[in-house]
Amino acid sequence: MSLSLKIPNIIVNFTTMAIFNLNVNGKRQEVDVDPKTPMLWVLREHLSLVGTKYGCGIAACGACTIHFDGNAVRSCQLPVSAVGEKAIITIEGLSENGDHPVQKAWLEHDVAQCGYCQTGQIMTAAALLNDNPNPSDSEIESAMNGNICRCGTYLRIKAAVKTASNSK
Amino acid sequence: MTIVKTTINRRSFLKVSALAGGGMMLSFSWLAGCTPAREDTALTLPEEWFEMNSYIKIGDNGVVTLMSPNPEFGTNVKTSMPMILAEELDIDWKDVIVEQADFYPERFERQFTGGSQGIRQGWKPLRTAGATARQMLREAAAKTWNVPVDEITTEAGMLLHTSGKKAGYGEMASVAATLPVPKEVPWKDISDFNIIGNSKKNVEGLNIVTGKPLFGMDHHQEGMLMAMIVHPPSFGLKVKSVDDAAARAMPGVSDVFTIKSLQDDYERNSFDTNAFTELVVVTGKTTWEVMNAKKALTVEWEQTSDSQIVVIGWGGKQTVTIPAGLESTDGHKARMEEMSKKPANILRKDGDPEAAFKKAAKVLERTYSAPYLAHNTMEPVNCFAHVTADEVELYGPTQAPEFVARTVSARLGLPMEKVHIRLARMGGGFGLRAYGHHMVEAAVISQKAKAPIKLVYTREDDMTNGIYRPTYTATYRAALDKDNNLVAFHVRGGGIPEHAVHANRFPAGAVDNYLAEGWALPSNITIGAFRAPRSNFIAGAEQSFLDELAELAGKDPIEFRLQLLARAKNNPVGSDNDYDVDRYAGVLELVREKSKWGEMQGGVHRGVSAYFCHNTYVAQVIDLTMQNNKPTFEKVYAAVDCGVVVNPDAAANMGEGGIVDGIGNALFGELTFRDGAPEKSNFDTYRLIRQVEAPKSIEVHFVKNDKDPTGLGEPLFPPVFAAVANALYKATGKRFYDQPFGKALQVSQSRM
Repeated sequence: MSLSLKIPNIIVNFTTMAIFNLNVNGKRQEVDVDPKTPMLWVLREHLSLVGTKYGCGIAACGACTIHFDGNAVRSCQLPVSAVGEKAIITIEGLSENGDHPVQKAWLEHDVAQCGYCQTGQIMTAAALLNDNPNPSDSEIESAMNGNICRCGTYLRIKAAVKTASNSK
Repeated sequence: MTIVKTTINRRSFLKVSALAGGGMMLSFSWLAGCTPAREDTALTLPEEWFEMNSYIKIGDNGVVTLMSPNPEFGTNVKTSMPMILAEELDIDWKDVIVEQADFYPERFERQFTGGSQGIRQGWKPLRTAGATARQMLREAAAKTWNVPVDEITTEAGMLLHTSGKKAGYGEMASVAATLPVPKEVPWKDISDFNIIGNSKKNVEGLNIVTGKPLFGMDHHQEGMLMAMIVHPPSFGLKVKSVDDAAARAMPGVSDVFTIKSLQDDYERNSFDTNAFTELVVVTGKTTWEVMNAKKALTVEWEQTSDSQIVVIGWGGKQTVTIPAGLESTDGHKARMEEMSKKPANILRKDGDPEAAFKKAAKVLERTYSAPYLAHNTMEPVNCFAHVTADEVELYGPTQAPEFVARTVSARLGLPMEKVHIRLARMGGGFGLRAYGHHMVEAAVISQKAKAPIKLVYTREDDMTNGIYRPTYTATYRAALDKDNNLVAFHVRGGGIPEHAVHANRFPAGAVDNYLAEGWALPSNITIGAFRAPRSNFIAGAEQSFLDELAELAGKDPIEFRLQLLARAKNNPVGSDNDYDVDRYAGVLELVREKSKWGEMQGGVHRGVSAYFCHNTYVAQVIDLTMQNNKPTFEKVYAAVDCGVVVNPDAAANMGEGGIVDGIGNALFGELTFRDGAPEKSNFDTYRLIRQVEAPKSIEVHFVKNDKDPTGLGEPLFPPVFAAVANALYKATGKRFYDQPFGKALQVSQSRM
């Protein structure tokens, strides 16, 4: 004998909030969020670190690039639950006074037009130079290829990465 | 020295108060100082500010605050407009703090960013505002020292008297601020400029590279709700019903409702463009939660019927019919092809073109096309709004605050002066942000939610919301006589929903027999200004055609153009020709010299192009190499005549950006439709130019002259399309008629 149950046509999506103790820019930060929340939104809306930008939400533009355990990653695809103890560095934590060699090179070449993508560009460039202090032109191009600049400042970006690499 | 009347600046001298002491709203660290933030050079805030006019405040210690009136979307007017003020004020750039003005029509003349007009139209008002403040400081010193004002000169923020007396501006500012505004003031001679023409770094540079909250997207206010919208998935659809039960049950959700952003009987302005006036709205605590709740909505859509709207545009009041139906790119192409064959509205006719074509020794006819494009600003559409019973506060990206303020005022039934708009730095504009639907939506949502809200579009919402660059076509026909002289020229252009023909532009005036025609088809897919509207298609078509025509005539493509320009100068046809022959020829000659045109370029394929639009003349030469059908842009030379160049390095940056953008759109830019729905909605399918495809090197050369400056945001963009097509022809032996050219090249997908 089968039992028929009438269920109202409502999908209730219970999300369990959870507390995460994160290591962001060298500080311990506690957030109480849905574990699936991408770090992009945790940084921007729970920790007020808005230098990490929303551009596409599908890891196709690079505007949300941060350093995760030393690697440049797209924070829109990094759920907070996957972070654990690993260090997160955002543009706000790249240097104390905006004087990281990459930031200084960006100012020297006056790279920005609108500026929206540039924090992501800088984070990708800084990670590249950590791994490879003297990249070739083609290494710079391929490392930076995931970061879109709609204003088209690519030549200055490349020149600034080269300046920063020479200054190291 | 030129003496100018201060009446041209009517609004800028209406002071809120003679003495605006203190009152700085922002903390010092957020201001855009012109010196790098180093301890030894950091500016110190004065005890008291003295307001000289709408643009200029002088501190008692000599620090100067300059207001940047126009919205900033990346052309760096926030640096260049204050440079103009600082030049005439005669101060040291390192003493300057730049502040973004709010939208404040009582105080500023023209707070609009678009049409490459910021510097061109700001030039005289800003010079006059600077010169007036300087004159008032001189008069204050004359009064204080009891000497004739003519004996007082200025230098880098100092007032100097022939006797050797001197004082800093800060010491005289309190007296100067109380003096009446002089009726006439002197402008500096251009040869005496020491700020204009000397590159200054972007005043916002440090804030950008350190990730400060500069953009509307970054705004946060205590108690603010996040809001997102759902718009119809296709043009030609509207909301039928909403099942929000599942969405309401999602965590963090405050409310789900629909809004009508514009009422059906509202008479729209030119920037009220909006296909989707009824939207489903979700509000909640965080973007992530609201985004998830959006996905849980079940919305039923239905087809719209033909509807009419009233638009009060540049040409007066017009009733526009928005057709019903779900349109597709295939259907557009078929209709455009059919229209291209029929006579259209005659826009200009010189001589007897048909007779000339009949007698011609050679006739060349070619058809060009380009697809819809989405603006794809990196910062998606967003706006903060806080609406109370009697006031509206808006903060967000807009190129045209005055238009938005009017619409919001009408929509909410509040007077204009109750609509306060603060101008956020924009994460790109390209024309998109002249259209203020997002601000109206934010205001309506805030009113309904009875709370401050921040409206954020997802990338997908943004890309599929309309206001696209239209799709265009143009058919060119030219007749050569037996000596290869151009004897007739005919352009018939069309598009959906507008054509791109500029009937009085070159080569009009250079050909005895000339015909320009235009046609348009209506559509429910909304379009809007996109970096150099219309020019961004027609320049590429025209300049590709002239290249092919020069070849048919057996002439060098630069020489061919110069001969036509010489004809237009010596014996012009008609009187409405919309270009200065000498300046047009000047950029062609400059690019010929700089690119060493005519010398052998080993393994490099070159294309040339030139265009005049938005008051600026540009010629370009592109050098590319080909490997496996994939072009590498080795070098781009640009020659530009925009008059006086205010901030040379920033101007070069704009030029480089326009060229990169042009190459990207020429190769990849395309938005297609199926059954009313855009077929791309994010950057995984909508291809934008990336680092590996950018040119290896760009040289931007400016013609040196003393002409009043014109803009740079747009003019370097349109000619690129033809320079690319003409270089690709040299490389492949094939002409490229249909954008994006990458399709014909089968450019391999770049790595992501």
